[in-house]
This record gives sequence, C-alpha cells and structure tokens, in this order.
Amino acid sequence: MKKTVIKGADVLGRGRSDLLIADGRLVETGRLDIADAEVVDADGLVALPGLVDLHTHLRQPGYEESETVLSGSQAAAKGGYTAVCAMANSTPVADSPAVVEQVADLGRRAGYVDVQPIGAVSQGLEGRRLAEMGEMAQSQARVRMFSDDGKCVNDPLLMRRALEYAASVDGLIAQHAEESRLTEGSQMHEGAVSARLGMVGWPEVAETSIIARDVLLAEYLDARVHFCHVSTRRSAEIIAAAKKRGVAVTAEVCPHHLILTDHAAQGYDPVFKVNPPLRENDDVEALRSALADGTIDAVATDHAPHSAENKDCEWNAARPGMLGLETALSIAVEALGGPEDVDWNLVAERTSRTPARIAGLRAHGHDFDIGAEANLTLVDPGGRWTVYGNELSSLSTNTPYAGMELPVTVNATFLRGNATVRNGQLTEAMGEN
Amino acid sequence: MKHLIDTADLSREQAELLLHQAEEMSRAVSGREVPKLPALRGRTVVNLFFEDSTRTRTSFETAAKRLSADVVNFAAKSSSVNKGESLKDTALTLQAMGADAVVVRHGAAGVPERLATWLPSSILNAGDGLRGHPTQALLDAYTLQQRLGRLDGRTVTIVGDILHSRVARSNVWLLNTLGANVRLIGPPTLMPRRIESWPAEVGYDLDAALPDSDAIMMLRVQRERMLGGFFPSEREYSLRYGLDQRRAARLPEEAPIMHPGPMNRGLEIASAVADSPRTTIVDQVTNGIWVRMAALYLLLTNGDDE
Ligand SMILES: [Zn+2]
Repeated sequence: MKKTVIKGADVLGRGRSDLLIADGRLVETGRLDIADAEVVDADGLVALPGLVDLHTHLRQPGYEESETVLSGSQAAAKGGYTAVCAMANSTPVADSPAVVEQVADLGRRAGYVDVQPIGAVSQGLEGRRLAEMGEMAQSQARVRMFSDDGKCVNDPLLMRRALEYAASVDGLIAQHAEESRLTEGSQMHEGAVSARLGMVGWPEVAETSIIARDVLLAEYLDARVHFCHVSTRRSAEIIAAAKKRGVAVTAEVCPHHLILTDHAAQGYDPVFKVNPPLRENDDVEALRSALADGTIDAVATDHAPHSAENKDCEWNAARPGMLGLETALSIAVEALGGPEDVDWNLVAERTSRTPARIAGLRAHGHDFDIGAEANLTLVDPGGRWTVYGNELSSLSTNTPYAGMELPVTVNATFLRGNATVRNGQLTEAMGEN
Repeated sequence: MKHLIDTADLSREQAELLLHQAEEMSRAVSGREVPKLPALRGRTVVNLFFEDSTRTRTSFETAAKRLSADVVNFAAKSSSVNKGESLKDTALTLQAMGADAVVVRHGAAGVPERLATWLPSSILNAGDGLRGHPTQALLDAYTLQQRLGRLDGRTVTIVGDILHSRVARSNVWLLNTLGANVRLIGPPTLMPRRIESWPAEVGYDLDAALPDSDAIMMLRVQRERMLGGFFPSEREYSLRYGLDQRRAARLPEEAPIMHPGPMNRGLEIASAVADSPRTTIVDQVTNGIWVRMAALYLLLTNGDDE
C-alpha cells in the first residue's frame, strides 16, 4: 500500500499538522511518524483542498493546436487544481453522450486533474432545440452542468425549458449572460475608453438584462441558475437581491475581472480582449467585495487558450479569451486582500469548496476529512513569481499577466494522493494510458 | 516624433510644428518650376491600404513623391475578412522591403499600434476604423488657421455621425490641443456613450449652435446608418442636422464651412451651400498634401536637416 506523509503543513482550520495519505485517501492527521511512508516536507506551506474550476475551455476536440485535454490538465495541476469543468464549445460541440464521454476519457488518460465535461444546453450551441441533456447526464461522463457558453441562451422560452429539464436530472444551467442584440459588433467594454479608442462597445446592460431575466425565470420555475463570468457591479447587485429573496442562484467571477480594467485595451493588444470584456475600476471593486461577501460564489477561470494567429493580430480580428488556470490562485489571493493577510479559509471557499458543490463534484472541495479522497494543494504563501507566457504549461501563451509579478506559488498538487506537481514542477501523471 | 498615429498623443508644440512645417512645404514647392523637394530621396514610403480610399492614398502618394521618396502602393485585404495572410505576415513583408514609413489605412482601430510593435518603420495612420485620421485633422486645422488665424478660443462645431467618425475623434483632440472649443452636434444615437469624458461640448440642437460657431464641420453620413436604425429617415436627418442655406445664413459671416468629403449632397449638406465660396472643401484637398508632406518629412528626418 502506497503511503505518503505531508509533514508540517499549515492545514486549514487545524493549524500545523501532518497528513497521512494511503491508497489515495486521507487516513490520519496530527503529528505523525510513519516509518514506511514517503515524506513530503511541507514546512511553511499552506494545505488547501484542491482547486476546482467551473469554467475551463480545453479546446479538444477541435482546436488541439490551442490546447488539448492533456495540456490543459497540466496547466490546471500547475495552478493547484484537482478538477476542472470543461466547457461544451468544442468542435464537435459537447452536446451528445459520445462527445462528453470522449472528453472525460481523455481527462482520465491524461491523469492530472478530474475533467468533468459540461454539456451543451442546445444542440450545436445553436440556441434552438435542447441538447440531449438526459442522455449526457446518464452517460459515463455523468454530466450535471449544462452551458452554451460562448453564446447566451437568448431565447427566453428555450431558457425556461432548459431550466425545467435540467432540474429533472439534478442539473444546472450555467448561463453566459449576453443579450446579443446589444453587443453586435462589440469589441470591448462600452465606456469612456471605448469611446476614445473608437471601438464598438459591449454595454453592461447586455449582461445585466439577461441576469435579471434569468433570475426571474429561475424564481418562477423554482429552478437553479448559475451565472458565468459576472463582470459588472450591477450584475452583482441583481444577484445579491435575488439571493436575499431566496432564489437558487449562484455566480462566478473570473480572475481577470478582479484585477484588470478596460484601460488595458489602450495599446490595442488583443491579449486583453475577452468576453465579457474588462470593465471599469468601479466594477472591479464591486466584484471583489461581492466575492468576499459571498454574493459571488466562486472564482472560475474561463481559461480560453488561443493560438498565436488568433491573438497576435489586429484587435478586431482576434478571438476573445485569456489563459487563466495557472494564474487564478494568485489573482484570487490578490483580490481577496493580498498575500499579507489573506484569509485562506475564504480562498478555499471560493476556489474549491463552493465550486465543487456547484458542479456536484463530491470527491473535491472538502476539508481534509478522514476517508476522503486526497485531492489537495500545497501553496507557498510567501512565494512570488513572474509570469511568462512561454513558461506556462498551456499550449497557448495568451496570458494578460505576462511580465507581471504575482503573489503565492503552487508547490504541490495531489490528485487522489498522487503528486501531479512537486516543487512547482509537473510530475509524470498516473493517467490510464 | 517617430509615428503619427493619434492626435491625442500630440503636444501643442508638436502640433504647431507640423502645421508650421506644412506652411513651409507649401511655400517651398509653390516657388518651384518642378514641384519637388529632394528631402526624402532614397527613402521608401509604403501606402498600405486595407480599405479603398483613392483620395487619401493619392494625397499621401503625391506628398511622398514631392519629397522625392520612392512610393510603393500595397493594397491588401483585411485578415478579419479574408483568412490567409495575416496582418503580421504583411508587416514582415514590408520589413523585408525596407519600408522607412508605412502609411496605413485599415477598418479596425488600433492597427497602426500593432504595426508599430512589429515593424521598425515610422507609422502614419491614414484612418483606422472609427478611431483616428490624424492627417485629416491636421489639414482641417491648417485650413481653419488659413481662414481664422490662430485657433485659441475659437468655437468649432462638428455636426453629424460622431459615433462612427474617426475624423471627429481626431479633430476633437487636435483642436482642443490647439486651444479651440469643440462642440459636437448630432443625433443622440450617433454619439458615443460617455462622450462627456471628451474635451468637447455636446448638444443635439444644430440651430442653437449656429450663431456662435466660428467654423462648422459637416460629417459625412453613411446611408447604411439609417438601415441600422440610428435615425428614422434621411428626411428627418436632413431636416434636423443638414446644413441648408437657411442655416448657413445663421452662421457668422466669415465662418468657414468644412467637410472631409465625399459629400452626400442634399443629406448632410445642401448643394447650394456645398458650392458656395464659404466652403473650404477644395482648400482642404490642397492643404492635405502640405500636411502629409510635413508629416512624412518630420517623421523620417526628425526635422533635423532643414
Ligand atoms: Zn462565456
């Protein structure tokens, strides 16, 4: 039986402690001396439950030059993740059992993180007819989240049916809130900067109007709705009001919306082009406090790798999207108060426990319970690192943080007791091939 | 000055230097039998036009040739429309050709900045999307100076589709830098949101703005904007925002009437007004050459070998 002891980590909620892992599960905590165990020195490191990403674009099948399930899984492990939810906008679209099973299988074979496929809401993401949500839920991939992300489920009747239908399979609709008529031709946030730069704006009301509508639909139908990448102060206000009324609404925010603003567009470098776009400082502040107070439940990366042709070009021609998996924890720490006096319990809540609960990933996001799968991350709270696109594990390099120094480094990540990352480096994974 | 991309980047000194140099160019060439100066002999100027604009391209070409530069016209397709050769590939080609200056016109804002990151050449923005058209603004300012003298404290009213106008954007910043008051008039649907952050007054009533305008600049209205629902009909547009004779008469007598061309006669400007001696439309074309000569000269010589 393989045994590992993690020595002297600062374990959430219980101070300095050792963790004994055997056969992939946590079996004992406290001060431990186990003779036949591999020892991991975690002195000065913080142990967090493995991070869970609700919103990852892995690009496979279809865009393997930008990312594959393997490379995306490696990026995730490096970022401290033990599970990622893979968005459905692949080619072919993940709207059938065959595609979601393929993605799950690629994830198992890669072996770096648990890859949980998200199913499409509508066939082909066309917004017309429901995808086979029940079949996907029953498949080997056990799909529980459904999203047309990249596109909004705009048709209110389709959204109604999706919410009703998802409930019957214990599922959840994750909405990309964007009233597309209001964002036609848009290139960036609509505001003083877009007016100045001569770019067609993406008005915040395109997001808030859909969020308001879907909150009302969810309330009317007594259904659950989740909002992807919430980007504005007003969105957070609507969600707060909905929660107060008891509507079953959850929401995520992306790291980039917690730290960057539309001013980043000023040099027309498409690495800053993202959908929804970078907003204003006032939104950043509001999103940070909404994340802190729980109005926004989770940090989700919207990791969106793109090849150089699609990013090293003119702004209008560039695809929207940014890398996120390897930098998310650092940005979340920064947004939740900075590395000096960070509340690790809150970080764990927003990056692991709550997203795991939203996605229905029972093996993830728990607090070192005896008997639970050992999915965890060791973080160096005093670490700092400078981001370079070509040093990231993703196949793409479109990080908006290139050259920035970020706080907190991931020292190690364990998936079912096996280190996927040790001393900041990827290990040979224990995938099934 | 290495590049001329955005009038907002110009200091008052630089703007005045450009205008002064334009005047020098006009003097230097006007006295000559062959209207040509040797200043840029051996230099290569590439006109890189992703959008057709014979007027602007010809003006730049003429300006470069009068400075004895070699001119290469490079018509290209936009990669956002046409998959295949990317903007960056095109930039690498121009670099291989040894372009000293690249005059670029593109349908997307920010293309000049992208080229400047890839190419060692000087970049001149000849119109990028809705963002800017700095030599047009400079020729407008030059023309205004000819008619009005200094621009300090003068009120220039720009009328029409501000939202989609790179000419308006470039003029707002340049005229402001030169000390003028800029007033923007047009339908609210054709004003950018948050326009109050611009150094300009904004209004919707053309009649009210006429009597105290020292100059008026009519913008071209694209007929597709009506189909896009920005205004109800051409009739309503011309009634509310068109410059007809009655309105022209309410301007101060010496106030010039400008238009970047080409005009929609009968829509934003009545024919009788367009053809009146108060318009500067022909001067603007001539002045465009002096201004472009000045820009090419200053960017490529750093103005150091007068
Ligand atoms: Zn999305």
